Amino acid sequence: MTDNPTRKGANRRQFLTAGLAAGGAAATASVAHAAGDPAILEVKPWAQELGEGVDARPYGMPSEFEQHVVRRNVPWLTADPVSSVNFTPLHDLDGIITPNGLCFERHHAGIAIVDPAEYRLMINGLVDHPLVFTLDDLKRFPRVNKVHFLECAANSGMEWRGAQLNGCQFTHGMIHNVMYTGVMLRDILAEAGVKTTGKWVLPEGADASAMTRSIPMEKALDDCMVAFKMNGEALYPEQGYPVRLVVPGWEGNMWVKWLRRIEVGDMPWHHREETSKYTDLLGDGKARRFTWEMDAKSVITNPSPQAPITHGPGPTVLTGVAWSGRGTIPRVDVTLDGGANWLQARMDGPSLDKSMHRFYFEFNWDGKPLLLQSRAHDSTGYIQPTKDALRAVRGENSIYHNNGIQTWYVNEQGVAENVEVS
Amino acid sequence: MSKFLKAIAASALIAVTGPAAADPLGLGRAATPAEVAAWDIDIRPDGAGLPEGSGDVLTGEEVFVEKCAVCHGDFAEGVDRWPVLAGGQDTLASDDPVKTVGSYWPYLSTVWDYVNRAMPFGNAQSLTPDEVYGITAYLLYSNDLVDDEFELNHENFAELRLPNEDNFFMDDREQSPIFANRDACMSNCKTDVKITMRARVLDVTPEGADDDAAEAPAGETVEVAAATTEASTEPEQPALDAELVTAGEKVFKKCKACHQVGDKAKNRVGPVLNGIVDASLGAVDGFKYSKALKAKADEGRVWDDASLAAFLEKPKAWMKGTKMSFAGLKKEQDRLAVIEFLKSHSQ
Repeated sequence: MTDNPTRKGANRRQFLTAGLAAGGAAATASVAHAAGDPAILEVKPWAQELGEGVDARPYGMPSEFEQHVVRRNVPWLTADPVSSVNFTPLHDLDGIITPNGLCFERHHAGIAIVDPAEYRLMINGLVDHPLVFTLDDLKRFPRVNKVHFLECAANSGMEWRGAQLNGCQFTHGMIHNVMYTGVMLRDILAEAGVKTTGKWVLPEGADASAMTRSIPMEKALDDCMVAFKMNGEALYPEQGYPVRLVVPGWEGNMWVKWLRRIEVGDMPWHHREETSKYTDLLGDGKARRFTWEMDAKSVITNPSPQAPITHGPGPTVLTGVAWSGRGTIPRVDVTLDGGANWLQARMDGPSLDKSMHRFYFEFNWDGKPLLLQSRAHDSTGYIQPTKDALRAVRGENSIYHNNGIQTWYVNEQGVAENVEVS
Repeated sequence: MSKFLKAIAASALIAVTGPAAADPLGLGRAATPAEVAAWDIDIRPDGAGLPEGSGDVLTGEEVFVEKCAVCHGDFAEGVDRWPVLAGGQDTLASDDPVKTVGSYWPYLSTVWDYVNRAMPFGNAQSLTPDEVYGITAYLLYSNDLVDDEFELNHENFAELRLPNEDNFFMDDREQSPIFANRDACMSNCKTDVKITMRARVLDVTPEGADDDAAEAPAGETVEVAAATTEASTEPEQPALDAELVTAGEKVFKKCKACHQVGDKAKNRVGPVLNGIVDASLGAVDGFKYSKALKAKADEGRVWDDASLAAFLEKPKAWMKGTKMSFAGLKKEQDRLAVIEFLKSHSQ
């Protein structure tokens, strides 16, 4: 083996680069290195030396080679990171579940650190018995497990006036999809006894923004959950530890974190996050309020600006995610030519109500430029609109609820860019 | 019918007639009136929930300038990217809508409720009802909705209307043509496809978005540890109390809304605090200090332990006119800890 002068020091990346330059990965072994791939021919340290023991990583973290897979923020977006947002790296993920440490964050007064021993949930207002529950009390109600997406109403909000941010992490990353364990809000309300005049609830957070939103009683009794686990473990602090509200299919701002109180009332409260914010200003200066449901939406996560095609022409896997606040996603269409011709993508993985869905489209890339789009159909028959169709109805000042079709331009080198097309 | 079946029939009846679908389990305990009063601070457009009290425009202005203007500006015009609260009338249908209390917000109760529950930023629920009435009155005045003699109180509150109330309407997305569309064209949908806009032209994506390399920032605990180690290898520097530094880091969370420390620290509402211990007053580059602080700086004062402790205990007492809207650290231990923490960023 020592007679091969190219073996030492050649890492896998150099090897592959050399291979590509020589005319395609398939021919590399014979062209660049007669003897074969150093990744095989060399005895690697991990194949020879002992690794860390079972006591080295009591709480496991991703591989050191995955350290680029992180939430990122856009500093110019807000006045201060304490009241701001970061974004889920959708382009680095697959399947439908978002890992807890990568779920995007949105706080209005930073991350509240709540001691579970001092956690209390109060139910008051138009109820027969105003009650206080501890965390242990909540865990004595019958539990349910549900997978739901949480999308911020402002997801894609920077794109109303055209292509702005180069990466699906930034254009679509204010979303995560998690399996929650918790109890049904209706069971807790039943304990307090809602009076017949009780038509609305007001969940309130324990953080320094004391977040509040008005939710109609019908939704509260339908599928809202009081959750204490995400993906099997305790909620992360940034996701509302120890308890958050889950409002399936409705805008993320309503999923009050660090939930400390639920008041029952006979009319909405019109608080800050449902008047000055989270209302949709239309072109004529009037504004929609209480736009709770998240419309069907999809995005291609690979390829995308942060995840270019690096393998050259040939078999290519296109993939993405789709979701709807009104049900499931039975179908996603994709186009390679900017919307002239469409083909149905292949749905894969669980199809759950108000959950993220995964789609794939495998094709043989000829190396010519692509204009990629995806179009979601939800179980009500709703079809994801183009951005232009949305702007025709909404104007450009809406900020919220931008579910228009996203376009990525992919050039001959496989580099992808956020663009808009005619 | 057996008792069992009757019970089932009865519970089924309850399920369809009232919101209480399940039988109570007897969990939880009664909330005391004092507990409900402590947490139930919300108010509504009809004034429900308002405590008794009053505040006029002029006293409201004093409170606003002292506690709010650092972010919102003396005239509620907004500083940097912090919210603009006044002006913006007749802009909502323009390309640059300015959504303020006067131009956009539908209800005055929203102002009172939000100021009362969440402001000042970083010192929430510290205002008295009279101060909240006063600030609300001042915001009406700064939006030209009342004159400078105006006093707001719990009795006249519900009579006040904001000008944009009628321009809000319930979600009607389901009536739009987008919602009704069931036509998904599959082939020859367009004859000509051109790129009309590119994100690269605008170039506002944060750097490092597609870095392959690791870029996880060093955590603050790491910085503290590094600073502490450094101190122990330099005998001329007094050694830091690591436990106190850690405790101080926790206390510093109260300061973080406005102040930053560490390698990437920038001036925000307050100046960067790296190296602040034993530094001259008013010496951080690029920060606009209050007149009060500049005056003390001109006396040649430095931020020694005693000055920091006195300032942190009662900022406004030690420096009348400071921009720092912080109530102060009442516990001596908290003051000592945070100063120790600041020292760990001063070596």
